[in-house]
Amino acid sequence: MAEALKDRSMLLQKEMIARHFERLARAPETGEPVVYTFVPGNLTELIRSFDALPVLPEINALQSGMRKLSGDYIAEAERAGHSEDVCTYVKCDIGMMRSGNLGPGGLKLPKPDLLLLSYTGCYTFMKWFELLREEYDCPTVMFHVPYQGDGVLEPEHRSYMLRQLREQVIPALEKATGRKYDEDKLRHNLALSAQAEDDLVAVLQAGKNRPSPIDGYFGTVYYVGPIFSAFRGTEEGVEYYRTLRAEVEERAALGLGPITPDGPLEGERYRLVVEGPPNWTSFRDFWKMFSDEKAVVVASTYTKVGGTYDFGFRHDPDDPLGTLADYCSGCYTNLNLPSRIDMISRYIEEYQADGFLINSVKSCNSFSAGQLMILREVEKRTGIPGAFIESDLVDPRYFSAANIKNRLESYFQMIDARRLGKTA
Amino acid sequence: MSCVVGIDLGSTTTKAVILDENCEVLGRGITNSRSNYDLAAAVARTEGFINARFGLVEQQLQATETAAMVSRLRRAFVMEQILQQLRRLEQLMLEETERSAPDHLKSAFRASIEEICRRIAVEEEQRFKQPPMLRSDFFRDAAGSAFMRIAEQLADPAGVSFDRLVGVYDKCIIRVENEPLDLDFRDHIGDALRRVGNPPGLADAVEYAVARDLEPSYTVGTGYGRARLPFPKEQIRSEILCHGLGAHAMFPGTRTVLDIGGQDTKAIQVDEQGIVTNFQMNDRCAAGCGRYLGYIADEMNLGLHELGPLAEQSKRCVKINSTCTVFAGAELRERLGLGEKREDILAGLHRAIVIRAMSLLARSGGVSDEFTFTGGVAKNPAAVHAIRDLVGENYGERTLNISPDSIYTGALGAALFASRIAA
Repeated sequence: MAEALKDRSMLLQKEMIARHFERLARAPETGEPVVYTFVPGNLTELIRSFDALPVLPEINALQSGMRKLSGDYIAEAERAGHSEDVCTYVKCDIGMMRSGNLGPGGLKLPKPDLLLLSYTGCYTFMKWFELLREEYDCPTVMFHVPYQGDGVLEPEHRSYMLRQLREQVIPALEKATGRKYDEDKLRHNLALSAQAEDDLVAVLQAGKNRPSPIDGYFGTVYYVGPIFSAFRGTEEGVEYYRTLRAEVEERAALGLGPITPDGPLEGERYRLVVEGPPNWTSFRDFWKMFSDEKAVVVASTYTKVGGTYDFGFRHDPDDPLGTLADYCSGCYTNLNLPSRIDMISRYIEEYQADGFLINSVKSCNSFSAGQLMILREVEKRTGIPGAFIESDLVDPRYFSAANIKNRLESYFQMIDARRLGKTA
Repeated sequence: MSCVVGIDLGSTTTKAVILDENCEVLGRGITNSRSNYDLAAAVARTEGFINARFGLVEQQLQATETAAMVSRLRRAFVMEQILQQLRRLEQLMLEETERSAPDHLKSAFRASIEEICRRIAVEEEQRFKQPPMLRSDFFRDAAGSAFMRIAEQLADPAGVSFDRLVGVYDKCIIRVENEPLDLDFRDHIGDALRRVGNPPGLADAVEYAVARDLEPSYTVGTGYGRARLPFPKEQIRSEILCHGLGAHAMFPGTRTVLDIGGQDTKAIQVDEQGIVTNFQMNDRCAAGCGRYLGYIADEMNLGLHELGPLAEQSKRCVKINSTCTVFAGAELRERLGLGEKREDILAGLHRAIVIRAMSLLARSGGVSDEFTFTGGVAKNPAAVHAIRDLVGENYGERTLNISPDSIYTGALGAALFASRIAA
């Protein structure tokens, strides 16, 4: 994708990611410790404070999907006996590992020194790291984040997480890296996070403009990449978001629409809110189905899976472990259904959306269960019609272009008909 | 006369509906979609206009015998179309024989093909003289079954074998289907009129109908082949909107629409103006779609139109768990092996499809009163029976609307959109 978008921020991102993977490839020689972890509820600032490098298997899987490699990796995992219906991120990752463990840039990924499992709303994560533990025979530590079943974080939940951080996670990191916990370093990283988060929120909220200068789903997937993965709490991350914000604010000031792989989008016709992850194997085709119809996603929930900053949360250097607990518990996948409904409804109102769409992922029950209830409730609350499509994360077999296009076109025409009906 | 056209290019059949300036239906046409969507659209449209001109003929005749007379004329017209297609088929088969048959068999081959085609033509003439019988509307089906039957009688295992004849037929029928033939009203109405004895009143009415100008001001297309239609984007509408609007036009009280099509099933909610407010579509596979029934018919060696009536004879519906098209075949064979009756298994299969549709209906917002069932499967009495039962079980009493023209619902909706553009 990067070649089509030539903004400075994109080039920056490309460079920083390339550097990161080169460092990872060299890790066996340089001795830099490597920690595998997940996107929702990741403890990047803490990992970085031990001078360790994070690896995020989900990101590798989605990159493999975009590079059209996931089909082969999934087939490899299935040959090893994994069933067709299992989460395709897991199978893609297992397949990648069994095929030589070459990361997105084609460079070999190092083995983990520690598997840091942050559990935030997805049970499959646990099984995934159990499988990796079998392969790598390395230590695993679990950071259990209590599910926000009642929609709030209770004080005892918070102290439960703090205790885990102090008694399990930090000692495990100390052991794996051979370095002592350095709270000042962590504070420093958290302050950098907060800076980047401010700029990210400004970018996300640019979707409130008419026309929106960003696509809050397809385009924003790139925007959240650094902050969701290895670059939160880093100088590079801060620079990236500062640059990005300037670009987006300039587009907004000029009244320009978002940039798509086929060039700038002019003449915004539909403003949508999207719930659910995108499909990665047909990402461009999928995006094109929207941009061809001049449909712009003004906000999405997927771009909050690595943290919900737009309602005020910022990492706080004055409360280093407490803020990590707050952050983890507030990740989108850890929110209960009413909270997700509130969030979508709020987006529809604040971003003046004409519609909202659910992309239900077939191999992800964690994300997809309850989406119909969300759809109904949001429709009831906002009076805006919802649409429902089905695809998958990285299994190319589960993307039916004709079916999805048919539904999307129908949905856009339905919005048109309703507009005409209202004005008639 | 100003008119508009709606074309629904479905995966199995292509339908056309023509409306006059008051949005009254002038004509309807249908053909099988085959592999050539452009031609399918043209044929359905032609059929629609033929139908419209017959409508004009009817309008001109006020006498009591009108219906019978026009119906006879229609049958004569269809026969002329079939005979023309048969002549073309014969010509192509003879050319193919010349090209590909072994030299020593060429003359025997020619003789067999000429004899088969002669007999089919005789059968068609006989058929015309008898009271009308139900059969498929498509030349492919009519010619195909007669060809197979007669070829079997004439085939000589040592020479022009049945298999060889079928091979030539298969090759040529596709070509007949995929080349434009002159099948329009004006091309055959003269011959049809002569065949029914040229009654003066009818001849005048035909003359009037031939002379009327029927130029469509707008055409709107829908269905899977919609992208093939040479129209600007604003003249293309999704099937979901078309089925919603079409069902609303047929039954203005409609609030929920179920369309079981060849490739997909759609549950649609509409408001009091026929505007779609919500919809759900099946995904992943053709389970629970019209194609599932087609597959079952093939498995059971039955015609698609025979399935419903046979299932309706069931006394004890067998529970079929699988709506996966392939697994359902396996389940069907197992049940047959266990000695279950065909009609009971078929009743179970119809119920299985409808259970899938009920899940889509639920996801789209349930079944409101009135509920309209559209699409080709609405012609199937066993499917309707299962829907009636399951809607009742799940939602209580609901008005269930089914039009005899349900298969044209999407095309009607498209034509209504065309009339809005024209207005």
